[in-house]
Amino acid sequence: MKFAVVVFPGSNCDIDAYKAIEDVLRQPVEYVWQDETDLERFDAVFIPGGFSYGDYLRTGAIARFTPVMEAVRHHAEAGKPVIGVCNGFQILLEAGLLPGAMRHNNLLQFRCEMVSLSVEANDTPFTRDYQVGQTIRIPIAHGEGNYFADDATIARLKVNRQIVFRYAGYNPNGSVENIAGICNERRNVVGMMPHPERAVHDWLGSSDGRGMFTSLMSELEVSMHG
Amino acid sequence: MYMAKVRVMLKASVLDPQGSAVFKALHSIGYEDVADVRIGKYMEIQLDGTDEQAVRDRIESMCQQLLANTVIESYTYEVEASR
Repeated sequence: MKFAVVVFPGSNCDIDAYKAIEDVLRQPVEYVWQDETDLERFDAVFIPGGFSYGDYLRTGAIARFTPVMEAVRHHAEAGKPVIGVCNGFQILLEAGLLPGAMRHNNLLQFRCEMVSLSVEANDTPFTRDYQVGQTIRIPIAHGEGNYFADDATIARLKVNRQIVFRYAGYNPNGSVENIAGICNERRNVVGMMPHPERAVHDWLGSSDGRGMFTSLMSELEVSMHG
Repeated sequence: MYMAKVRVMLKASVLDPQGSAVFKALHSIGYEDVADVRIGKYMEIQLDGTDEQAVRDRIESMCQQLLANTVIESYTYEVEASR
């Protein structure tokens, strides 16, 4: 199984994502530069965090027009798994692969800390190995993670059970409905502000993020052999 | 040559954390008459063209595609001939 980690100018969690895939799954993983037009050779795509294009104009606004994002769209339309973490989530929103938009955190602080998340859906390729209702600890590090969608969109997210993670206990950024992560209707594209790739060993403060990677592995095994 | 002046604002229904911080700061330094502050973006875009309507159409599509995120923002613009 082969994993792509997409790199833009200003990405800074690409190495963490690469190492997490390598460490947890021991599967081949490759960095893919933003000019790549073909992701056919990959089973799953990871869009990492950072400050692509300096967050100029809006987070993710410029990165979404890169050639690789067209390839990511094809990959997603083929039903293959895509995950965007932090800036990766912001890019997926700007690209329209996930609904909604990001605002500045409500208290205008950059929040960098461990948070508790409640798992709201485990029928995505990235959350199979969790239980619905389970609380996991994953760190956040963002200034613009205040998720917004209009009432009609929120209602649709609820009906389709597209809310994948909620902040549990307290909401660090003002996000509507305490939303920390969502998926598309088809459930193969997931975006989240917290960083599972930074929570794959106890010595990192938490190993609760490993489940995102092991889930993907079991998903891919099922789709290959099932 | 034309000059387009584009303003992008958060929609009225979307909370503006920067605006509220500046609002509170203005109050704290004595401007208690300030009733509200909203912060947006202002852009000046120079572009080639001879037909004002065609230029307006270009600016409109730039706003839709890139300059504003219409999920949370609205935009207005003026276009004037420049040299």
